[in-house]
Amino acid sequence: MAHLITRRTALALGGSALVAGTAGAQIQTQPATPPNLPIERGATLRMLRPVRFVQPDQDVWNANCQRFAQQHGIEVRVDFVGWEDITQQTAVTANTNAGPDIIIGFNAGPHLFAEKIHDMTDVADYLGTKYGGWRPLAQAYGRRQNRWIALPFGASGGPAIWRTSTLREAGFDSVPDDHAGFLRLCQALRRINKPAGFALGNAVGDGNAFAEWLIWSHGGSLTDEQGNVSINSRETINALNYLRELYPTFVQGTLAWGDISNNRAYSAGECHLTQNGVSLYFSMLNDPALRPIAEDTQMTPMPKGLLNAVPNAGLTLNAMVFRHSRFPNAAKALLTYLMEAEQYDPWLQANIGYWSQPLNAYAASATWTRDPKIAVFRDTMNNPFWNGYKGPITEGSVAATADYVLVQMCAAVASGQATPQAAAAEAERRATRYFRRRG
Amino acid sequence: MSTATAAPVWTKVRQQPGALARLFDNKAFLIVVCLLPAVGLLLTFLTYPLGLGVYLAFTDQTIGRRGIWIGIENFEFLAEDPIFWNAVFYSVFYTAVATVGKFALGLWLALLLNQHLPMKSLLRAIILLPWIVPTVLSAIAFWWIYDPQFSIISWMLIELGLRETNVDFINTAWPARWSLIAANIWRGIPFVAISLLAGLQTISPSLYEAALLDGATPWQRFRHITFPMLMPILAIVMTFSIIFTFTDFQLVYSITRGGPVNSTHLMATLAFQRGIPGGQLGEGAAIAVAMIPFLVFATLFSYFALARRKWQQGESND
Repeated sequence: MAHLITRRTALALGGSALVAGTAGAQIQTQPATPPNLPIERGATLRMLRPVRFVQPDQDVWNANCQRFAQQHGIEVRVDFVGWEDITQQTAVTANTNAGPDIIIGFNAGPHLFAEKIHDMTDVADYLGTKYGGWRPLAQAYGRRQNRWIALPFGASGGPAIWRTSTLREAGFDSVPDDHAGFLRLCQALRRINKPAGFALGNAVGDGNAFAEWLIWSHGGSLTDEQGNVSINSRETINALNYLRELYPTFVQGTLAWGDISNNRAYSAGECHLTQNGVSLYFSMLNDPALRPIAEDTQMTPMPKGLLNAVPNAGLTLNAMVFRHSRFPNAAKALLTYLMEAEQYDPWLQANIGYWSQPLNAYAASATWTRDPKIAVFRDTMNNPFWNGYKGPITEGSVAATADYVLVQMCAAVASGQATPQAAAAEAERRATRYFRRRG
Repeated sequence: MSTATAAPVWTKVRQQPGALARLFDNKAFLIVVCLLPAVGLLLTFLTYPLGLGVYLAFTDQTIGRRGIWIGIENFEFLAEDPIFWNAVFYSVFYTAVATVGKFALGLWLALLLNQHLPMKSLLRAIILLPWIVPTVLSAIAFWWIYDPQFSIISWMLIELGLRETNVDFINTAWPARWSLIAANIWRGIPFVAISLLAGLQTISPSLYEAALLDGATPWQRFRHITFPMLMPILAIVMTFSIIFTFTDFQLVYSITRGGPVNSTHLMATLAFQRGIPGGQLGEGAAIAVAMIPFLVFATLFSYFALARRKWQQGESND
């Protein structure tokens, strides 16, 4: 439906009452001067983007890009590529100085190729002023040494997802926000034989999300603010000792869990509390056989533990414009255009909650009121945590995450293979290697 | 009478061949021309990637950044890396156990198939199935069979009342190692069985007849006829099998990704994990290069130790 949006209707309706409800209507803006980006004559832009979650995502995105192309008499081509391929294609593009003008990558992507991409500070300042400021996660992934190198487009978080009826049976209304309470909940679930389960296997998304939650919520971190490895700390040991008590309450087999395992176990009713992105909820909601489970499901942030913020690093879409592009103004103008309310809000709504906004003003989007269960994702980008927290985002932080340094530290303790002290020391040894040449 | 006719004057002088023809008559030139495509292909697709891989092992290249020459720093790090040594141990263990299993079962199967059975051809075709199915498919099948929650084996055992809980196939180190070896054996048997069956069929029946006349027992016939006659093909098949097993990647990566806690990493999976997802191309290449000595040793061992001529002919070694 959403791809019916045209520039004319959008203008005629003043950005309100669009197909998917009331796009843009509630979005408060502040006066701001757009940067002067004269679009190059006869520009042709090529953009690479990760594939959609849902079809309307792609439709609205394409429609927005085509509208921009028509307005300026240029050409815009968008290619959607698989998630696993984005990093490699970005690397090839950066190393060969050829290929797409714009790549929307994930998380740290732009930081690895900072010298190969254009400064985005002017655009980011304009958008930030106009739409109530950038959220903390957007600042973490978009900025490098006080200048913007990328435009974050949204993030997808991983809250706790649980069965309302099961928690009630165990004597809980919701997931407690402290460690002791969370442990009590998991023990109670084990007693009624409807256990919790969190991935401790080599699962890029879920494994890292759980390990990071565990360490961060106890005050630990992989690196300190300067980027020195700080994982072998008292906080980490506390976290691992806590895990030793928590792990026996899990459903069997979580050490072998991949990214898909907890989705399957939860959908089959084998596991009643886990941590996952919004996709699990929607896949159950769209399956008539699993709909009752979806209706019994609730999603809340993972416990904060010792912190004031939710220790979860959302998977972030991060757009970069390459220096080899012959049309940098057009590229930056296109990205700015896509972030404006007339384009961004319909896109946000088309994604029904898979992506959460980087700019504060979009918190008012109708996306977050349609289904109260997905409201938990609204503030994904308010959590100031990223892969490699607390240090700067570097090659090292990317490699340490991809090589499961934190996950395997936790799994070694959970399986009884290593003491917390030994596991933390081993993680420190591996991390030191990855951070040995800091940028 | 004189010689009435003068001897005909032979005017046809052999024409000097053209420069092109002479060029093509030149043996040295022909050798070069005929070999060039092959050499070119080998250089482009074999030597260059291999050389690049070896070169990368001595650099700190990552995905996205050019490396600089760092000598043997990667190897020095690996020498102190318990995860690497665990991968070396498991690669050797995996290869050894799986090869023994494959050959024991494969030889047995080949001997059975060598008997006169009804529907022999059909049976042989069926035996080949595990080998024909793409490894990734069989790996996914085993991934489900070993799933901690949804394993069909666990389900069956629980339904039959033999167990209360799911079987721990890949959740702890040693069960995971044995499970992967079992999957590899299952996949490798057909190759061994069919190759050895071909070998068995070349053994002349007259040898067995002679042995029967001498009153040899079945074990003696196997020990003194079948086994020695099979040795040459056994050596070749074993060489291939060891190489395939040692460099196995798909089964392990699809089923456990090297987990739990790196206990089932083979050198090949660890090289990939460090090199591509981890982005440390240099270190990944170093792990891959570290596989070469093992492969050379295994190949030489199985080739020279098993292919000794005298042994093949049933004599003792000097």
